[in-house]
Amino acid sequence: MNSIEARGLVKTYPAPGRTKGNDKNNAKARITALDGLDLTVPSGTIFALLGPNGAGKTTTVNILTTLARPDAGAARVEGIDVLAAPGQARRAIGVVAQRSGADPAATGRENLVLQGHLYGLDTPTAKRRAGELLEHFQLDEAAGRLVRTYSGGMQRRLDVALGLMHRPKVLFLDEPTTGLDPESRTAMWQEISNLAAVDQVTVLLTTHYLEEADRLADRLAIVDHGRVVAEGEPDELKQELKGDVIQVELPADAGQRPVEEALRTVPGVRDVLVAGRSVSARSDDGAAAVPAVLAALADAGAPAASVTVARPSLDEVYLRHTGRRYSQAQQEPAATRRTQLTEVTR
Amino acid sequence: MSATTFDYPERTVPALSSTVLTHTWYLTGRKLHALVRQPWVLAFGVVQPAIWLFLFGALFHKVINIPGFAYGGSYLAYLVPGIVAMNAMSGNMWAGMSMIEEIDRGTLNRFLVSPASRIAIMNATVAEQSVATVVQTLIIVVLGYAGGAHYPGGAAGIVVLTAAAVLVGVLWGALSNMVGMLLRSREAIIGVYTFFMLPLMFLSSAFMQPSFLPGWMQAIASRNPLNWEVQIGRSVLSASTDWAAVAVRSGGLLALAALCVAISVTTFRSYAKNV
Repeated sequence: MNSIEARGLVKTYPAPGRTKGNDKNNAKARITALDGLDLTVPSGTIFALLGPNGAGKTTTVNILTTLARPDAGAARVEGIDVLAAPGQARRAIGVVAQRSGADPAATGRENLVLQGHLYGLDTPTAKRRAGELLEHFQLDEAAGRLVRTYSGGMQRRLDVALGLMHRPKVLFLDEPTTGLDPESRTAMWQEISNLAAVDQVTVLLTTHYLEEADRLADRLAIVDHGRVVAEGEPDELKQELKGDVIQVELPADAGQRPVEEALRTVPGVRDVLVAGRSVSARSDDGAAAVPAVLAALADAGAPAASVTVARPSLDEVYLRHTGRRYSQAQQEPAATRRTQLTEVTR
Repeated sequence: MSATTFDYPERTVPALSSTVLTHTWYLTGRKLHALVRQPWVLAFGVVQPAIWLFLFGALFHKVINIPGFAYGGSYLAYLVPGIVAMNAMSGNMWAGMSMIEEIDRGTLNRFLVSPASRIAIMNATVAEQSVATVVQTLIIVVLGYAGGAHYPGGAAGIVVLTAAAVLVGVLWGALSNMVGMLLRSREAIIGVYTFFMLPLMFLSSAFMQPSFLPGWMQAIASRNPLNWEVQIGRSVLSASTDWAAVAVRSGGLLALAALCVAISVTTFRSYAKNV
């Protein structure tokens, strides 16, 4: 059973700062946010949409949560067609948007109770549920304070509580930990894992943190320029790379050329990179190649000081599927993609 | 997660048809609650109208002595309906600001992804503005009384004056919300305010008897909805109310307010469809 199914989602927006009118290349005056995005999220899993800002993650969430309509494509959430029956879909989903939607001029408890009312809970039920969530998210002491006075972490916890008020089957979390300090982030990760494990809630989260996707997600999809370019379990994706990274530290700089030549002769070792005393190479079976690598280095007069073998990281998965490093993609000029600001305000 | 075992049955409010009403109730409650928490915001809004009332009233108090100025009270009393209209317009022209704030904070989107009734979201905005306008109007009426104004029209007159002020407020509040949703720019709202506020005030009988205005001003004033409100107010507060004229002008205000709300709701629907 799948909680979310999306097929061929396309969404374009008018390019900002240009007049629509008599623009001959009207098609070019639009920015493509989604370019045929497909998505399948199995029930009860934590699914991460990973990509840099502007990749199309928020647009995807906006469509799946009935906020935006795609130009083409179809989407179902819990079997409900979000385009044909948005009202029905809204009852099945909980949404924690990138921006806190909590009313700063009301207390935490008031925010929750109102949310319950909007989802059709009667007052006693809404109050009871609010109390439970406040306690669970350790907000009971702050329950009577205006949300304006909450810290960033508290506000984010309240946002998640708001999304859970009506016990949705699917919870959307758009950048749940952006802007949180490391401690709050770890706590939030714990909450999210619990949701899926204990409550059987399907979680779709978007993130631009590789580490977050790696640690939290049962499955993830890498979104690049409005498409899913890779999809699977994090470990599965890494194993597809079929190559461990062998990292060697030399006691002294032995020169680039001799080290490279020494390692090139070792069978099964490729992609040798030498940067001063630090040498890295790739091998299908890293552990098996280590003795030969060490021997070759010793023969070349550069015995290793230390050696580590690492599995490929998500960063390398990203590199493989998009052709560029994740850190690079995040620094791309805004002109080639939609900036975070426009992505949010749309 | 400790909050996972819920042993009570899920109870929901029935009757889909009553959703609009209940949601309007809850969403209005949210806005009024915020208003009650910061009553000084309401009071602050009346400061400028009060300054106009007392300074203008004092500065030009001899206007009333111009031969042909057919008004039985003080100039300050003459000003009251105009200041009420001014306050209703200026106060509600900022409604779009809070709309932009709710968009920026994500609050509006939170309601839009919930089953909240769309009409109720707009109703709540109108209801909040109306309550604020009523309170401020009554403050001005009391201030005027303190300044020596008398209201021969009595309580009925004050009720009609207030109701007309609410209509003017709803009208401008709806327009301001529309500008806020369409342009998402606070500057645009300030622009609309400065463009309309003083011209509409001076192109009315708020400060001067209509027959003293130049012909072209009279022509504009008779079509100026703000002036309708001033004329309604002056008539109902006087001893000899022309109810027929009041009814016609109130009808005009009501029609205009309904039109503006309709436009605003349409804008809201298009916003909601394509965030």
